[in-house]
Amino acid sequence: MSVWEYANPKRFMQVSARVLPVVVGLTVVSLVTGLIWGFFFTPDDFRQGSTVKIIFLHVPTAMMAINAWVMMLVASLIWLIRRHHVSALAAKAAAPVGLTFTLIALVTGALWGQPMWGTWWAWDPRLTAFLILALFYLGYIALWQAVDDPDTAADLTAVLCMVGSVFAVLSRYAVKFWNQGLHQDSTILKVGEKDPIDVAYYVPLVVCILGFVLLFVALVLMRTRTEIRARRLSALLAQERLA
Amino acid sequence: MIPDLGRYAVAVLSSYGATIVLVAAVVALTLWQGRRVKRQLQEVEARQGKAKTNG
Repeated sequence: MSVWEYANPKRFMQVSARVLPVVVGLTVVSLVTGLIWGFFFTPDDFRQGSTVKIIFLHVPTAMMAINAWVMMLVASLIWLIRRHHVSALAAKAAAPVGLTFTLIALVTGALWGQPMWGTWWAWDPRLTAFLILALFYLGYIALWQAVDDPDTAADLTAVLCMVGSVFAVLSRYAVKFWNQGLHQDSTILKVGEKDPIDVAYYVPLVVCILGFVLLFVALVLMRTRTEIRARRLSALLAQERLA
Repeated sequence: MIPDLGRYAVAVLSSYGATIVLVAAVVALTLWQGRRVKRQLQEVEARQGKAKTNG
């Protein structure tokens, strides 16, 4: 069976209807477990105090804000190359979810930054790239709304997505590229290296990351199903008008 | 029940509160849009006598 079978809207609706309840169940279990574990059962950090508990929100949502854009890029490229409508609709469906994660990461980052850095915001390379990514999300959603023809909208938003990918990459690697600013480099992949994250935070953090990944998948599946139905609805209404 | 968050209680609780509000908003919007479009499609399909969309 080829993966391209799922590009058929009817096949996608059948498979997603079966998969969705499982994904939703796993999302609820992992998010509730991870967040309760992180909030109630992790100790204060010796330097950051209780603000370390923000890591269970900030890191997963920041990761997913970037990964959502990467998923939109892949779906957009599939649309541009193979013209599969489901991939364009999946990219469209992912944007509001990605924007939500970006906003959560920005808000929690500011709330964490104020007591730790002494400022809500700094024009640090990583923070600035992340803010620009949020603006690209808004622009992407606005462009879908602004263009009437859905294929033209898919083409234009795919190009915008490719341009915005520069800032998705910068959001992740700005600390390595410039090696300056307030924001630290990632520590979650440093287990076994110097200054790793302690295992007391690492395990619940991994559970939270899994929860937010599953939340993203569940929401994108639901929203893609809605987009497919909306596309069929507008086709039927157009037929009605012509008849 | 709530752990002692010390002088950073506002920052921590605000972070969790903002996250819950934003996640609840996107979930509610997704469910509302999904139900609205599904209902509209069912009405049009019933009117036109079309086969139902799968799922």
